[in-house]
Amino acid sequence: MTRNMWSVKKGFDFTLMVAGESGLGKSTLVNSLFLTDLYRDRKLLGAEERIMQTVEITKHAVDIEEKGVRLRLTIVDTPGFGDAVNNTECWKPVAEYIDQQFEQYFRDESGLNRKNIQDNRVHCCLYFISPFGHGLRPLDVEFMKALHQRVNIVPILAKADTLTPPEVDRKKRKIREEIEHFGIKIYQFPDCDSDEDEDFKLQDQALKESIPFAVIGSNTVVEARGRRVRGRLYPWGIVEVENPGHCDFVKLRTMLVRTHMQDLKDVTRETHYENYRAQCIQSMTRLVVKERNRKDRSRN
Amino acid sequence: LFQSHMATKTTCMSSQGSDDEQIKRENIRSLTMSGHVGFESLPDQLVNRSIQQGFCFNILCVGETGIGKSTLIDTLFNTNFEDYESSHFCPNVKLKAQTYELQESNVQLKLTIVNTVGFGDQINKEESYQPIVDYIDAQFEAYLQEELKIKRSLFTYHDSRIHVCLYFISPTGHSLKTLDLLTMKNLDSKVNIIPVIAKADTVSKTELQKFKIKLMSELVSNGVQIYQFPTDDDTIAKVNAAMNGQLPFAVVGSMDEVKVGNKMVKARQYPWGVVQVENENHCDFVKLREMLICTNMEDLREQTHTRHYELYRRCKLEEMGFTDVGPENKPVSLQETYEAKRHEFHGERQRKEEEMKQMFVQRVKEKEAILKEAERELQAKFEHLKRLHQEERMKLEEKRRLLEEEIIAFSKKKATSEIFHSQSFLATGSNLRKDKDRKNSNFL
Repeated sequence: MTRNMWSVKKGFDFTLMVAGESGLGKSTLVNSLFLTDLYRDRKLLGAEERIMQTVEITKHAVDIEEKGVRLRLTIVDTPGFGDAVNNTECWKPVAEYIDQQFEQYFRDESGLNRKNIQDNRVHCCLYFISPFGHGLRPLDVEFMKALHQRVNIVPILAKADTLTPPEVDRKKRKIREEIEHFGIKIYQFPDCDSDEDEDFKLQDQALKESIPFAVIGSNTVVEARGRRVRGRLYPWGIVEVENPGHCDFVKLRTMLVRTHMQDLKDVTRETHYENYRAQCIQSMTRLVVKERNRKDRSRN
Repeated sequence: LFQSHMATKTTCMSSQGSDDEQIKRENIRSLTMSGHVGFESLPDQLVNRSIQQGFCFNILCVGETGIGKSTLIDTLFNTNFEDYESSHFCPNVKLKAQTYELQESNVQLKLTIVNTVGFGDQINKEESYQPIVDYIDAQFEAYLQEELKIKRSLFTYHDSRIHVCLYFISPTGHSLKTLDLLTMKNLDSKVNIIPVIAKADTVSKTELQKFKIKLMSELVSNGVQIYQFPTDDDTIAKVNAAMNGQLPFAVVGSMDEVKVGNKMVKARQYPWGVVQVENENHCDFVKLREMLICTNMEDLREQTHTRHYELYRRCKLEEMGFTDVGPENKPVSLQETYEAKRHEFHGERQRKEEEMKQMFVQRVKEKEAILKEAERELQAKFEHLKRLHQEERMKLEEKRRLLEEEIIAFSKKKATSEIFHSQSFLATGSNLRKDKDRKNSNFL
């Protein structure tokens, strides 16, 4: 009880990474999720400038509050990912960034003064898959395989307003099959306890079968059915971002913010970070042993 | 339309002939006829002939896997051409061509559709445009070869040259992709490019305006020449000019039908509404169909032949060493150049033959010398060994002689000593010792 109150007073923090090619609506989705305008001042590069572009890692941090609970939200962006003509190993800067945060935490954790450790570890990575193809592409597979042991990956089917409902189902199924086929380990929702009520269980099941989340984002508010909602206005109709019949935006937001934020952090701490830490220690030990053996040999 | 199916160069056959023609031309008078002759039926004759021959049209679709190339073509021609979903995991870009015979009224169309397979899927896309360029060039080459044949059948030749390239742009709403820029820059001098925004039902009206402007400005600032609908023919100039301002066309394709009002129309059904393919408020599909098929198909074919193909042909022939003017700026015919080239090659070949012959002779000489040297060495060795052998023999002979002499000497001595021994035995025994000593000392 007291610990929770302490957390509430201190505030919560969450680091979310968004990754995927340009033009898939990443920024719009982030703005929609947290109802802010994080990307107000950004400048989009044209094709010519992007030909030789390298991948950058950028961070935007905001403090938001709801009913007395403060959340420090850090969004890590990967501009340039997948945009050049030659994208060989373009996932490397991303992996290195994640490792760096682990390394920094590892050092801080082993330090003498641990009062104000800053946790910059990435808790979740939303990976945006293009809806214009038939499923996963080679770059998607490469990226996810390079990162699935380092961060919780939640795959997103972007710009889903280009797909009719049967197309959405088909694509989701195909992507799920391909994820399994290629051995990609995406974030697994924890199984709910057997003593939970049926509704909750069904909800949980529905969540699992929604992967990848087919999302639509919007920076604009439109008038639909007498209400003002975030949406996209077309000559043939209005897409409502928060309408569960139109897309999985609400499911994603619920999962990310309302129900699974803590679990994402826990898995990051307990699995991904621990893996990193163990590997680090192992390789350090190996180095020490190697050095010792070398000394022994030279002595004899 | 009386066109350059006769694509041989007529200018280089110049001499007195064309000068006379020019004089005649300048003296041409227009006359009025006093009655109806009937040559006003020439266009009809042409139309009939064309209909009889049939038309041929070749479309190349370039775009990422899954972007909707096949669906759009199906929709444009209102036919379900065979298609299957391609994989995203092809290691390189390939081109797939299929030819179909279509008929509308009494007009027959031989339609060839070429699609890229695997375009945009590789992690490294630096080589992606090359197979497309190679394919276009290969069709030009095939035509050129036919043209240069001695016995040719140009009028029954199945022209496989690409008349139009539909380039499918991904509807990101931002700008071109780097691959798009790279590819179009490599294609614009070889084929008529009409860029289209694919799956445009994901772009809202306001976004579309901005997107089109951005795309066109990127194309212009990077010097990419896209196809312009022609504005020289008064009957279609106005509509073509207006259409040029609407590029790139934002298209949606679908062969599925949805009931709207009391009609079945081609559409895509979403939970939030129905996108009608042929509704000009919804997308530019109708504009594309009009421009591509109804209004400008013939111009596309003509541009391909008179501009893109001619450029290819000129470059190829120049590469092979043909020119229109010789060293003193005098016009040179293809025949003359060909003869000159042949002579040159012949001379070259003779020279090479001579060279090889010389080289062969040289090599033989060298080998001979080596063998001779080896033989000499062998002979010398033999002589040397023989000499050694002789010497050894003589030495041995000498030794034997000495040995024999020693044997003889020894035998003599032995004989002498035996005689003495027997003589002394006969004499007195007292002298024996003295004689023995004396003999021994003599002996010593």
